[in-house]
Amino acid sequence: MVVSHLSKSVQDASGTLHILRDIDFHLAPQQSLAIVGASGSGKSTLLSIMAGLDTPTQGTVWLGGVDMFAMDEDARAAVRARQVGFVFQSFQLLGNMTALENVMLPLELAGLPNPRAAAKDMLVRVGLGERLSHYPKVLSGGEQQRVALARAFVVKPALLLADEPTGALDSHTTVEVMKVLKELNDNGLTTIIVTHEKSVAEETRKIIHIKDGLIESIEGKG
Amino acid sequence: MNVLQEILAGLKHNLLRTILTGLSVSWGIFILIVLLGAGNGLKNGVTSNFSERATNTVQMWPGQTSMPYKGLKSGRNLQFSEKQVAAVHDNLTESSGETGIIEKQSTITYKNEYGSYNLVGANPQYEKIFNLKFLENDGRFINKLDLDASKKVIILDKKITEVLFKKESALGKYVQVGDIMFKVIGVNSTKERWGNGNAYIPFTTAQLIYNPDRKFHSIAMTVNGLETNEANEAFNEKLKGSIAQSLSYDPKDTQALHLWNAQRDYVETMKIFGGITIFVSIIGIFTLIAGIVGVSNIMLVSVKERTREIGIRKAIGAPPASILRSIIIESILITAVFGYIGMVFGIGLTEMVNFFLEQSAAGNPEGMSVFKNPTVSLSYVLVSTSILILSGVVAGYMPARRAVRIKPIEAMREE
Repeated sequence: MVVSHLSKSVQDASGTLHILRDIDFHLAPQQSLAIVGASGSGKSTLLSIMAGLDTPTQGTVWLGGVDMFAMDEDARAAVRARQVGFVFQSFQLLGNMTALENVMLPLELAGLPNPRAAAKDMLVRVGLGERLSHYPKVLSGGEQQRVALARAFVVKPALLLADEPTGALDSHTTVEVMKVLKELNDNGLTTIIVTHEKSVAEETRKIIHIKDGLIESIEGKG
Repeated sequence: MNVLQEILAGLKHNLLRTILTGLSVSWGIFILIVLLGAGNGLKNGVTSNFSERATNTVQMWPGQTSMPYKGLKSGRNLQFSEKQVAAVHDNLTESSGETGIIEKQSTITYKNEYGSYNLVGANPQYEKIFNLKFLENDGRFINKLDLDASKKVIILDKKITEVLFKKESALGKYVQVGDIMFKVIGVNSTKERWGNGNAYIPFTTAQLIYNPDRKFHSIAMTVNGLETNEANEAFNEKLKGSIAQSLSYDPKDTQALHLWNAQRDYVETMKIFGGITIFVSIIGIFTLIAGIVGVSNIMLVSVKERTREIGIRKAIGAPPASILRSIIIESILITAVFGYIGMVFGIGLTEMVNFFLEQSAAGNPEGMSVFKNPTVSLSYVLVSTSILILSGVVAGYMPARRAVRIKPIEAMREE
């Protein structure tokens, strides 16, 4: 992944607000990266743009040699469906679907065979084999995040983006979720995590510090 | 899950919202059908009543003058003769079949049964003017041969035969009118609201027996081409003028002639029903608009509520077109299913009312009803339901298109 001179600004009543300014870095396949910074530093916006969920004002993102913003919304959706998994701080599960149906959804969107069996396998793998037919509202925070992780990883994407994946979890559940994430990375999945927790960032090989929309420093290799 | 399963699961999950949306559709269609049905029922009832009697009949009776005229004093009793029939025939091009009528209250007897009935001395054209109805095996009306030979034949209204003959057939039997025997040659089945019923004998026979001075009680005719109130008023005035001249009385004398113009009543009534139909149609259109607004509103809220869900779906790779398609299918599903339910209930109610009306009509064949067959044409119903479905689709499409255009990250922030 190559993030090339990325800037994002928005207009509001007080004028132009620069959220990201000339962010430029790259990440080799199978690497893990943590983007850290204080609240409002622009790290979540950066992650959203990298996933194609938001658009930059300037610059672009290259994923597997493809310019994400040279394509239309449908094509970006197709890239997300096949190559990108996204985990949100607030889980963002669909409340009218069971855990199993939530995990099946990306498989169906990607047009992959046997979605039910594959989704079931993935939920068993994250320890939720007994919770397949439960709706999100009856699951604990940790269980919901594990469903979200299963949903993000079930299509075996090349890239997993996680926005504060442990932000809403207690310390015990944080350890559980990080264990799953580390396992995924060890199995060859490129992982980018936005966090403000030092312990979570230390689990990755590379750390980018962001402050006021600018890269302050980059630690690690790759 | 396929698209349909997913939509159904979503609808089930939001059962209350689904039912409320659906009810506004069902209610709109139901009320529309019931309103149109009520309008049709009234119209059919009145039209049917009119069809039972001749709508283009004009009949007039002579009265007593109340004004002196050209040296003639007031208070003269006027009487019609062939001269007035000829005057009408010659002066009024709109009339046809003019005929004199003799009427007399008479006792008619068959075996031990008898009753007092209105005896009418009529010409053959009377049948057409007053729309008499002869069912199969019920004989016929007076013809020219009866007239020429002044035959002693009689036609009875059905309600008279029911009294005198009970269940026995009246045709070919003899009844006694006063002291004279008449052979029954026909039974008239026209529904009559008033009186005990009429008995008809040839005009010439009536003149011979009851009216040797060749005067008669009324003149009746059929009028043609009088489609408006103004045309009928003009005809009435012309008719009054013609009779006034023929009988030498002041045309302004309102007591000298009594006139009944059924055609004018028909035009008036149809005008009122034209107004009622427009009124019902306007209410129907507004009901439909209310239904459309209801569906649009709920679809708007429904899509707004789902903005976050749309964002999540886009984030995990759903193309905007597929989301749009799924919302539109959902709109069609809700409006079509609930529209159908409303349609079934609406048609069911109108058919049920129709069934009971027909049942009661069958039990009382002589009865008149102002409400008949309150059903609505299926094409009206299908068009209205289609309009509502289409508006549901448009109502779903507009906000859905806006929602799928929002960046996923912004959509997911919506609560």
